[in-house]
Amino acid sequence: MAQYLALTYTADIDWFDPRYAAELAEYQQFGRDHKDSIRAAAVLHPTSTATVVRVVGARGGDVVTTDGPYAETKEALTGYYLIEAADLDEAVAVAAQIPAAWGGAVEVRPVLAAN
Amino acid sequence: MVDPSRTRLSETVRIEGARILATLVRTVGDLQLAEDAVQEAVLAALREWPRAGVPPQPRAWLTLTAKRKAIDMLRREGARAAKEREGADLMELSTPDTPPDSVVRDDQLRLIFTCCHPALAPDARVALALRTLCGLSVAQTAAVLLTGEAAMAKRLTRIRQKITVSRIPYRVPADAELPSRLAAVCAVVHALYTSGHAPLDGPALVDVDVCGEALRLARLLHDLLPDEPLPAAVLALLLLTEARRPARVDAAGDVVLLADQDRGRWDAAWIAEGRALLDASLRRTGAVADPYQLQAAIAAEHAAAPSYAGTDWAEIVRLYDLLLSVAPSPTAALSRAVAVAEALGPVAGLDALRAVPPGPRWHAVHAELLARSGRYRDAVDAATEALAGELTEPERRYQRRRRSEWEELAGS
Repeated sequence: MAQYLALTYTADIDWFDPRYAAELAEYQQFGRDHKDSIRAAAVLHPTSTATVVRVVGARGGDVVTTDGPYAETKEALTGYYLIEAADLDEAVAVAAQIPAAWGGAVEVRPVLAAN
Repeated sequence: MVDPSRTRLSETVRIEGARILATLVRTVGDLQLAEDAVQEAVLAALREWPRAGVPPQPRAWLTLTAKRKAIDMLRREGARAAKEREGADLMELSTPDTPPDSVVRDDQLRLIFTCCHPALAPDARVALALRTLCGLSVAQTAAVLLTGEAAMAKRLTRIRQKITVSRIPYRVPADAELPSRLAAVCAVVHALYTSGHAPLDGPALVDVDVCGEALRLARLLHDLLPDEPLPAAVLALLLLTEARRPARVDAAGDVVLLADQDRGRWDAAWIAEGRALLDASLRRTGAVADPYQLQAAIAAEHAAAPSYAGTDWAEIVRLYDLLLSVAPSPTAALSRAVAVAEALGPVAGLDALRAVPPGPRWHAVHAELLARSGRYRDAVDAATEALAGELTEPERRYQRRRRSEWEELAGS
């Protein structure tokens, strides 16, 4: 088995907002439906809460923090699922069930196997 | 003296290599492993055949040996990282070699569909299929896909890496998945034909075996999905081009220019079939013609002309303009310049040529147009430039002959 990180890109919304309760419930339903293949998951606060950290020069250099996401895009990274699957076809089949896949997009990336 | 078993081996690998690999990919479900195993089997043959003699069925011997090598490799890998590779691969190896249930009956065509996985970029699918399933070299693959050899080698490495780390399985697609893979499969078949019809270099102007295989695949593809306009257009294009192939070379294997071809040697039945397919394909698509339809329309225009002089060159230029607007390529731009020269004269042709990136065939066209405008000295130089690059042997002979004619006319 291999692991894939399914990154969800959707509108940059605040999931606490009660307007999105129905959508959030869809994600929870997805989580229950695929609990056997989901190893970890997280939903993120909107990008307005993001902080980018950089260290100047080399390790130990000055820490520079800036407000906002690393990349400004129309669709933002709003969460992820760590999926276990036999191969990419299987991972894609699970990823296609994440609500973000029709509201936005899901990027599936293989996780480097730890040896 | 070369060992006869060695000649037999290289022949088997050249003619049957792609099929052996195709069988291996199907049984082991892993491209890299299949390639390594076939390579090991060839090495084994190099050791065994001179000693024990060429086996009665060389292809079967190589296939079976490669399968054993694959099992050995899986075992070795299994010992190193048992959890990494599942026993499923081995299970598949022990199952008989019957293809899974699919509407695609042909082994080779099914593998091309399998190779055209949607998780790979469209051009990556085509490159991979040409290199691994159609037996083209990296240089040939690069040439038909209009890129450099080094860039193609790097690209293929990256494609294989994605297949390995993402674990893209070699699974025959379900019938419902076929249409979404069709565009790439059509591109593979067309590029395969191109590699045979206009080889990079080598002893012959045309590789008849490769052209025949591409035509066979195009026909199978159209039979499989008869209502799809794309395979109909590809088959039309191949038929209309292949119909004229016998007249392109003379008995000595030398180039015969379109102007001098015996049009009686063109295959009238294939031309008629190609035209009918093109019409049917055009009826199924909307206002914008696709590149295959446009290329087929150009071929049909040539096929319909009663003579070289009677060709509607203005219409051919118009079709090339349309083709370049939907699918710009240096090859099409070069052909357009030739058509412009026929329609409007060599000076206009030279003018059109200026916007096209140079290559050996560009220099050959350049030389011809210079000669036609009476600039024989320049034509000789251009022919020398053409001869410095990669050309097939017949093209080389033709170019040398022309160059000496122009040298005389230049009065040197």
